[in-house]
Amino acid sequence: MYNNENVILNQCPNTGKDSLNAISIRDLNVFADKTQILKSLNIDIPKHKITVILGPSGCGKTTLLKSMNRLTDLYKALEVSGQICIHGEDILLSHKDMSALRQKTGLLSQKPYPLPVSLYKNITYGPKLKGIKNKKILDKIVTRQLKEVGLWEEVKDRLNASPDCLSIGQQQRLCLARGLAVKPSIILADEPTSALDPTSSQIIEKQFMKIKKTYTIVLVTHVVRQAMRLADYVVFMHNGEIIETGGVEIFKNPKTDQMKEYLINGN
Amino acid sequence: MRHIKYTEQAFFKFLTGFACYSVIGILCLIISIIFIKGVGSLSWEMISQAPKGGYYYGGDGGVLNAILGSLYVAGGAVLIAIVLGAPAALFINSFLFRYKRLQNIIRYFLDALWGIPSIVYGAFGFTIMLYFGMNASLLAGIITVACLITPIMIRSFDEVLSTIPTGLHEAALSLGSTRTELAFKVIFKQGLPGFVTAILLAFGRGIGDAASVLFTAGYTDQLPSGLHEPAATLPLAIFFQLSSPIPEVRGRAYSAAAILTCIILAITLISRLLVNKYSKNNLK
Repeated sequence: MYNNENVILNQCPNTGKDSLNAISIRDLNVFADKTQILKSLNIDIPKHKITVILGPSGCGKTTLLKSMNRLTDLYKALEVSGQICIHGEDILLSHKDMSALRQKTGLLSQKPYPLPVSLYKNITYGPKLKGIKNKKILDKIVTRQLKEVGLWEEVKDRLNASPDCLSIGQQQRLCLARGLAVKPSIILADEPTSALDPTSSQIIEKQFMKIKKTYTIVLVTHVVRQAMRLADYVVFMHNGEIIETGGVEIFKNPKTDQMKEYLINGN
Repeated sequence: MRHIKYTEQAFFKFLTGFACYSVIGILCLIISIIFIKGVGSLSWEMISQAPKGGYYYGGDGGVLNAILGSLYVAGGAVLIAIVLGAPAALFINSFLFRYKRLQNIIRYFLDALWGIPSIVYGAFGFTIMLYFGMNASLLAGIITVACLITPIMIRSFDEVLSTIPTGLHEAALSLGSTRTELAFKVIFKQGLPGFVTAILLAFGRGIGDAASVLFTAGYTDQLPSGLHEPAATLPLAIFFQLSSPIPEVRGRAYSAAAILTCIILAITLISRLLVNKYSKNNLK
């Protein structure tokens, strides 16, 4: 499915420990049947920063995000080619250990999807897959992660309850805690606040600001104000192409007409 | 204007309510007739003994042969249907994902199989049986009923699988599950209530069907003793006793029907309770 003939010879750009970039994407093309969703994208995503992928609905933001942890595999109609390097490894090449790759990249989706188990088991699901069985260590992980997302005080008395008893905002924070429990280095967030009320959205945004020191965050959003609040680095997409990239200054001085128009409409 | 709207609303409320309650009413009527007519002959002997000599003329005995036979036939058929149906549903749902046309054609065929009268399955089973030189037996009954309920099972499993959101697949995979872990730890758990409903539906159809076992499982007054021996079933026991001219025997037909109803009710109730216990954490 992966057409890698022309990139096998290319070396992976440096995304190792000493590099400033966490993810390097080269010439990424995604086709769904005959429609091209992503058109030869090249991006470097900086480490320990919040990179915001901004753009109107249907411009390929989510597809780009999902190709970063190969969730595109689930959609068999998608054909992905090019190079995505994480930790010095082209993830589109290696067919070996998808689980390990995905544990490096935590995912936060538009709507929270808690697993059909108790709150406690939601958090321990990932660590258990990694082979951690000691109850004390698991207890510690649960406490630490719930505290990290500010959910501990709200749920500490009902860890065995169903995630159904949480509000949607709490569920989203649970999903963030669950993702962080596998110790990823990258967090992929796909419009994580679009289903939440302003208060819950703010809590999630604050968490992001707090954890960006230790994690690389890639945030997909179509909300200009949110992008302005959070972004360290901005990637503006339109129709499957990258139109503009840059630091926060591009909100003030957009170079292209498409970005100018989007910012005007978004404010 | 307001008045018309009010009347219209009241009319439709009446119409929908009437339809709903009349269905429930008819169901209650059927069950109460079965129990009222059957209660006279209902006894411990009825469910603990096989027919003795002269049973069909009002003599001693019970329908234990048919109770056990029915449980064996339906249970065996459900097992076969699960073993064939679960992988088939998974295949339709995940591997044929890309081939929407083929997926729809297969679903269409399976739906068509629902509508085939069970006597046709019985005749089919009978032909196969003759071809292999088998006699009417428990095994032939199980296979025929399995043919009858497998399409039901596949389509119901398929429906359950397709209601599980892709987001949940993605969430489990992005936490590092392999496909197998995804299937067993997440999808199985999330789909459990639906799977159990599917199994119950198939079991109910299997245990209640007379036409498919008429030629294939046969009928005997002995307790089922082996896969290659004939076996009695409750629907046939009801059928034979109901056609008797002796009122006492006809009463026994109703009590056999009451027993069949009770078996289905008990299995439904127990499995519902178990499902509620194990799926309390499911996404609603």
